[in-house]
Amino acid sequence: MSERLKRTLIVMPAFNEEEVVGDVVREVLRTLPGVHCLVVNDGSSDSTTAVARAAGATVAELPYNLGVGGAMRLGFRYAIEQGFDNVVQLDSDGQHDPRSVPALLDALDRADLVIGARFAGEGDYEVRGPRKWAMRFLAATLSRTAGTTLTDTTSGFKAMGPRTVSLFAQHYPAEYLGDTIEALVIAARAGCTVTQIPVSMRPRAGGKPSHNPFKAAAYLGRAFLALGFALIRPPASLRQEAASV
Amino acid sequence: MSVTSYVFGVAAALLTLFVVIEMLRRRQLRERHAIWWLIAGFLALLIGLFPVILEWAASVVGIDTPTNLVFFISIAILVLVCIQHSAELTTLESKTRALAEDAALHDLRLRKLEALAGVGTERGDS
Repeated sequence: MSERLKRTLIVMPAFNEEEVVGDVVREVLRTLPGVHCLVVNDGSSDSTTAVARAAGATVAELPYNLGVGGAMRLGFRYAIEQGFDNVVQLDSDGQHDPRSVPALLDALDRADLVIGARFAGEGDYEVRGPRKWAMRFLAATLSRTAGTTLTDTTSGFKAMGPRTVSLFAQHYPAEYLGDTIEALVIAARAGCTVTQIPVSMRPRAGGKPSHNPFKAAAYLGRAFLALGFALIRPPASLRQEAASV
Repeated sequence: MSVTSYVFGVAAALLTLFVVIEMLRRRQLRERHAIWWLIAGFLALLIGLFPVILEWAASVVGIDTPTNLVFFISIAILVLVCIQHSAELTTLESKTRALAEDAALHDLRLRKLEALAGVGTERGDS
């Protein structure tokens, strides 16, 4: 296992997370010995970089905010540059439990992309109302695209194998919701196998999820839009990658 | 059409063309962005000088009031230019995104090299 951890890069996009990122990095390095942890400071105006560096992470600083998608593509490019096989995306706010990472990595034996699903039995994460319906619909549609049963398609807790890493280093979308919905579509249509395993979620260290109906409706609309365009775009292929690299 | 409105139409077209050409001359506008404005300016000048062309064109496409054709073409050109600008903006955004990523990766390499060379100038972790 530790051999696999050494070939794995943990990428944590961070935007103004100085209060929690230090603890999360320390927990990751303690829980997963030998792993390399890259915090991507996504244009924060606070001391995220200093805190994460002091905690022992490598920190890449983006000159301005690109969103999760932009931060993650930087992580994939860094992984390729440094010769890491696998990338695990982990939130820097402490929602994702690093103890689930070995299970995600084990599942990479049978898939190119493993999603840590929040509703698959473990933990007590719950959403209600339109957001729940939207997530159900997305799950159903993306399950069909990926050819496997997925219950949580908007999870930010994911493990990527070598094929997916090289694909995402070029084609990771920076748009809103692109890092979840469209990324899945890109991977599935490029021939990557997708699977999910249950993970438990912890409450966010700071802030609480909003229950504003207008925001929920806006989320719904944007999610459908993102899905629709992801499905009608020309697919990216892995073979093309191999030829052009 | 009165003489005043004839002169006004021609003058407006000439002014537009003058502004666009002058900006091109001073390199404040690139040719690829100016092409639509040049086309619009020349069309306006042509119709300003020979209003019969407008009347003929309107009758060809079945528009009763020739001015409506002017509005239609003007709005169509504006919409197309706006779409072109949005597309350019998208291209520019993806280019600056790639540059931002490159800058961050280079910064990481520099830090590593500096650490190896022992010249670790304590750069402020801002």
